[in-house]
Amino acid sequence: MTAAPRPEAKDSLLDRIAGWADDRLKLAEGSRKYLRKAFPGHWSFLIGEIAMFALIILLLTGTFLALFYTPDTTPVVYSGPYVPLQGTEISAAYNSVLELSFEVRAGLLFRQIHHWAALVFVAAIVVHMLRIFFTGAFRRPRELNWVVGGILLLLAFGAGFTGYSLPDDLLSGTGLRIGYSALLSVPFVGPLLGYLGIGGEYPGVGVLGRLHILHVMIIPAGLLGLLGAHLFMVVRQKHTQKRTRRAREDNVVGEPLWPNQALTMTSLFFAVAAVLAFLGGVFEINPVWLYGPYEPFEVFAPSQPDWYMGWLEGLLRLWPAWEFTILGVTIPAIFIPSVVVPGILFGIVFAWPWIDARWITGDHAEHHINQRPRDVPARTAFGFAGLTFLLVIFVAGSNDVMAAALQTPLDTLTTVLRWAAIVLPVLAGLAAYRIAERLNQPVEAAPSSTVPAAKST
Amino acid sequence: MADQTTTDERDDKARAEDRATRIAALCFGVSILAALGLLVVYLTGGDTQLEGILLTLAFGGVAAGLGVWVRVLIGPSVIVEPRDPMPSRAEDRAGFEQDFDSTVDEVKVGGRRRFLLQLLGGAGASLGLALTVPLLSLGPIFDPNARRELFDTSWSAGRRLVTIEGEELRPEMLAVDEIATVFPADSDRAADSQAVLVHTRPGAIDLSTLPYPDGVVDGLVVYSKICTHAGCPVGLYRAQDAELICPCHQSQFLVTAGAKVLSGPTGRPLPQLPIGVDDEGFLVATGEFSAPVGPSFWNLTQGQDS
Repeated sequence: MTAAPRPEAKDSLLDRIAGWADDRLKLAEGSRKYLRKAFPGHWSFLIGEIAMFALIILLLTGTFLALFYTPDTTPVVYSGPYVPLQGTEISAAYNSVLELSFEVRAGLLFRQIHHWAALVFVAAIVVHMLRIFFTGAFRRPRELNWVVGGILLLLAFGAGFTGYSLPDDLLSGTGLRIGYSALLSVPFVGPLLGYLGIGGEYPGVGVLGRLHILHVMIIPAGLLGLLGAHLFMVVRQKHTQKRTRRAREDNVVGEPLWPNQALTMTSLFFAVAAVLAFLGGVFEINPVWLYGPYEPFEVFAPSQPDWYMGWLEGLLRLWPAWEFTILGVTIPAIFIPSVVVPGILFGIVFAWPWIDARWITGDHAEHHINQRPRDVPARTAFGFAGLTFLLVIFVAGSNDVMAAALQTPLDTLTTVLRWAAIVLPVLAGLAAYRIAERLNQPVEAAPSSTVPAAKST
Repeated sequence: MADQTTTDERDDKARAEDRATRIAALCFGVSILAALGLLVVYLTGGDTQLEGILLTLAFGGVAAGLGVWVRVLIGPSVIVEPRDPMPSRAEDRAGFEQDFDSTVDEVKVGGRRRFLLQLLGGAGASLGLALTVPLLSLGPIFDPNARRELFDTSWSAGRRLVTIEGEELRPEMLAVDEIATVFPADSDRAADSQAVLVHTRPGAIDLSTLPYPDGVVDGLVVYSKICTHAGCPVGLYRAQDAELICPCHQSQFLVTAGAKVLSGPTGRPLPQLPIGVDDEGFLVATGEFSAPVGPSFWNLTQGQDS
């Protein structure tokens, strides 16, 4: 089918199908130019595609899981093959996840692939965003697409959080409890939001049903809709590109969509699927049967969320116990670290294209050629400072595990991490700034032996 | 001489292509075998690890085969596509504006367009407001009892303390340094009523620090088990220091001093439940918690008599 066209192959089946479709939909005219659409060849342009492929695998495996999952908290007595829980009263939801894991053939495989795919999905989005950030690919005209990307990340968080809350195991319930507490902490409207969110006081009424609809319908619809907008804008604006000898602001240099990019993308899709199949098949993840059913009065230590919630968990652990009441209005200790700080962080992320143009570069012009991190030391410094802050609070999300491993008192470790969260970002930012500046110095400053190499073509 | 080189180069290229073709064929072959093997494993009972590995090979074979195909057999290809600046051309933009403006005149009804627009805007805003109806139905916000829920628990004076299994408790049933999770009798283990009964060491409690100094029975003291930080159950007890610790974010409460916060991110102590012993010798609550239980919320200090 994909062999080179021979003269006598003119009326092959493929030709006839394509002709039939074009007779009715006038496809050739609009599609022709896309055959030779140029895709930048650098590997870093494929990271976003990894996220997209992980999403496709999430949708496929998730559809399978949804056929077996029941969002129902009605108590049932477990009678499946997992001996330690036999005879225990558990929720129908938890029961359905155990059944899927132990009794449905290949059920555990798909459940684990789904969970791994979720972790890879968020990771790929984050790395993709870092590429965009540090190369200035968000600059005009792509500010809007940066914002859409940010919303996609938030939706990915939402999908992950609602997803791991569904099995109704002990860990999932704990995460939900903390999320509800954050909602409750909002001044004036918190209790109202809490009631609307879970249908009453914790643990609420029919929460699993709501999470389920969010997880399988509303959030995926948002993800797919915004992904469509994201891709539409990429096609409309065409790709940015690295600065090369041939790249100019008024061209796109790269591999043609057909056949090179199409086959590369297909290969990458299968590679992502292969890696996820390996992770899901071989590496156990979220073994809900070990955690036991959710009971509001039980919890186990150490309790750790999925990796992408680690920064928030760390923020909650590091933030000092500042709770005060002014004129009868209490500002709960959890409000600032769980609502205000994440709000500010994402506010900065969303506003970055405008902050960057206004205060960092002063450049409001249209750009299609990307920068190197060294080209804009201030942006790179800011990025490194932000990343370092996130890394410190991410590490702090496991402060109990670390304290035990290091045999250090937890309070000491927490104090150290608090200072680290303030000091290290500043140091990292300054270091990044200095390095970027050094790299920008004229070639004469470098040892003479490297000059020819730097100038070679 | 030159001809010789070209021929050699052509031979090299052909050989490289042959080799790449064989590798790609091998990859696709692995993929076919792995996919069929997966079916066999699945049909003969299944095994998560083996299925995962076979699925990896099935996908990975296609990925590698296609990779070789596009990278080696097709080879790199670079094209240059022109790119126009993003804005529409000035005349297109002007033309659109002109066409739009001319049709806007058609929408005008007499001299009242402004008034109509205002009313339409009003209708839109009102409808938007009305669309909160489905949202407001999501929780019992109009039920006055529901609004008290954050302040109330199932505890009241005279309710007996029972364990998770529903067993009623006598003071002597808990040894020193032991703790127990307790609920009010017949409350079906209401989540907001979970409490922790601690048997402290003799004389360890500083009664003056307790909200209810009289609500203690021979070193037995009860606090809400819901962390005042983010609501996790305060499940760990370090008897040596009389500290209750929340495993979620490591808030530590000193049991012998009114569960005051020793360290950690929470802003207030665990509320105390006053207890006593009834006529039959069972532990009972003698009142309600000293403060609303669980994570703080904005009107925490106002709700007691609202």
